[in-house]
Amino acid sequence: MTTLLEVSGLGITFGGLKAVNDVGFRVSPGEIVSVIGPNGAGKTTLFNMISGVYTPSTGTVKLDGQDVTGMDPYLLARRGLSRTFQNLQIFQTMTVLDNAISGFHLQEKGPLLADLLHLPSMRRRAAAAEAEARGLLERVRLGNAAEKEASALSYGALKRLEIARALALKPRVLLLDEPAAGCNAVETEEIDHLIAEVAASGVAILLVEHDMKMVMRISNHIVVLDHGEKIAEGRPEEVSRNPKVIEAYLGTEAQEEATHA
Amino acid sequence: MTTKRVTLLVLAILVIISPFFFPSNFYYRIGSLIFVNGLSVIGLVILIVYAGQISLGHAGFAGIGGYACALLPAHLGLHPGLAAIVGAVLSGGIAWLVGRPILRLRGHYLAIATLGFGILVSMVLANEAWLTKGPDGIEVPDLGLRDVLELVGIDLSNSQFWYWFSGLVMVLGAWVALNLYDSPTGRALRALHGSEIAARTVGIDVTRLKLQAFVISAVYASLAGSLLALQNKFITPDVAGFMHSIEMVTMAVLGGAASVLGAFFGAAILTTLPQVLTIFQEYEQILLGLVMMLVMIFMRDGLLPSILRAIRGKDK
Repeated sequence: MTTLLEVSGLGITFGGLKAVNDVGFRVSPGEIVSVIGPNGAGKTTLFNMISGVYTPSTGTVKLDGQDVTGMDPYLLARRGLSRTFQNLQIFQTMTVLDNAISGFHLQEKGPLLADLLHLPSMRRRAAAAEAEARGLLERVRLGNAAEKEASALSYGALKRLEIARALALKPRVLLLDEPAAGCNAVETEEIDHLIAEVAASGVAILLVEHDMKMVMRISNHIVVLDHGEKIAEGRPEEVSRNPKVIEAYLGTEAQEEATHA
Repeated sequence: MTTKRVTLLVLAILVIISPFFFPSNFYYRIGSLIFVNGLSVIGLVILIVYAGQISLGHAGFAGIGGYACALLPAHLGLHPGLAAIVGAVLSGGIAWLVGRPILRLRGHYLAIATLGFGILVSMVLANEAWLTKGPDGIEVPDLGLRDVLELVGIDLSNSQFWYWFSGLVMVLGAWVALNLYDSPTGRALRALHGSEIAARTVGIDVTRLKLQAFVISAVYASLAGSLLALQNKFITPDVAGFMHSIEMVTMAVLGGAASVLGAFFGAAILTTLPQVLTIFQEYEQILLGLVMMLVMIFMRDGLLPSILRAIRGKDK
C-alpha cells in the first residue's frame, strides 16, 4: 500500500517542555489509524502540528511524498488535508447550511467582482455548492436543520456538522479529533459507520478518540502516545495486549475500576 | 421575501417618500448627509460585521476621496466625477498597502494601528499646505451633473440634487454589500469572523480575505468622502479626522451592527440627533454622549435589532 500521510520524528517544545517528542507513523489511503493515549499525552498537539496550526520544532510531515511541514492550514486544505476539532470550531452565528457550504469554499470561490455584482457565474457556483452541501447534511442526518442557526444545535449534532464540513473538502487525508465525544451510543455508532464508509472510499483517516470500543472496532492501526512519546503501535489486538499500553493507559482505568469495585 | 430585497425596498422607499415630509429645503441637505454617512457605514459593516475586523481610521479614506475631488481637478484638470473614481481606486490601493502589514494584528492592536493610519492622513492633509491649503480647507469644483439634468428639463436645487444622487449611490452601495453577504466571499468572511482557525482549515486564505474586506470598505469610505466634498463644494482635513472615524464606527454599532439596514439607521440617528439637540445649545454634546451611552447600556445589540424585537414582542 502506498503511503499518503507520513509523519516522522515530529516534536514540539512549549517553553522548554517537550509536549510531543519524536513521533512517527504512516497512513495509507483507505486506512484508519488511531492515536490514543491518556489525557495530556499530546494527541491534539500532534493533530495541530500535522494540520499546520502549530509549526513543529523537529521532524517532518509529508503529504503524498511532499514535505508540508508547518504549511498554513489553508494551503494544506488545498492539498487535500481536512480536519475536525476536539473543542468544536463551528461558525456559530451562521446557519447549518452555510456552515456546510463553507466547506465547499475552494470549489465555490470565484472572482470577487462576480460576488459583489451577483453575476450569474457566482450564482451557478453557489447553487452547485449548496446542492452538494444539502446532500452532505442529509448524509449526517442534519437535512432538516439546514436553515437553523448552528448555535441552536445539540453538541452531538454539531460534531456531525463539523464532520460534514470537513468532508465537503473531499479530502484525501481526514483528521478527526474525538468525533464521538459527547455523543450517545446511537450517535457514536452512526459516526462509526460514517468513518468506515469514508475510509472505504479511499480516504486516509487519522483518528483521535477516547471511546476505546470504537477505536478497537474500526482502526487498522493504532499509535499509542504517553507524555508526548510514542510508546507502542500496531494492530488493535496487538496494542491492547501490550503491557506498556496497559500500564500507561488501559491499566489505570482497570485499576480505577478495581478500586471502585 | 429575502432580507436583501426587504432591505433594498425599505431603503428605496425611505429615499423616495421622505421628501414629502420635508418642511423646508434644508431637510434635503440633512437627508443627503444621512445617505453619505450611510454609505461609509455600510462599508464599515463589511469590515466589522462580515469579517469581524475593526478600523478606527476609516475617515482617512474619506479624506483621500474628498481631497481627490479637490486636488485632481485643480492640478491635473480631471473632471470631478472622474476624480472621485480615481480617489476610490487610490484609497483601495492605499488600503491594500496599509492593510497587508496591519491586518496581521488583532483586536486592540488592529484598532490602534488603523487609528494611527487615520491620524497620519489627517495630519498630512492639514500640514502639507502647499498642496492641500492646510487646515482651512480647499474648494471643490462642481460635479456639473445638475446642469446636464437641467438641459433635459429636470430643475433641482443643489441640495435636492445631492439628496437624490447620494440616495441613489447609497442604495447601490447597499445592494453591493448585500450581494457580497450572500456570496462565496461573504460566506468566507463570515466564516473567518466565526472561527479563524476553522476558516483556514476549510481552505480560506484568511490574510487575503481580510485584505479584500479592508479594501472594499476603504472604497466605500472614499466614495462617501467624495460625495461630501462635491456637495459642500469645499473640504477640510476634519473629514479625515479621528472624530470622524469614531463617528463612523459609532454609527455602525449604535444602529445595530448586525445588518446593512441597521447601519443606515445608525447613520440616520447620529446625523439627525446633533441637529435636533442644537436647541439645547451648549448641552448638545453632553446629551449626544448620554444618548449613545444609554443606547449601549439598554440596547446592547443596537437600535434597530432592539426595536424590531420589541415590535415582535420577543422576550429574548
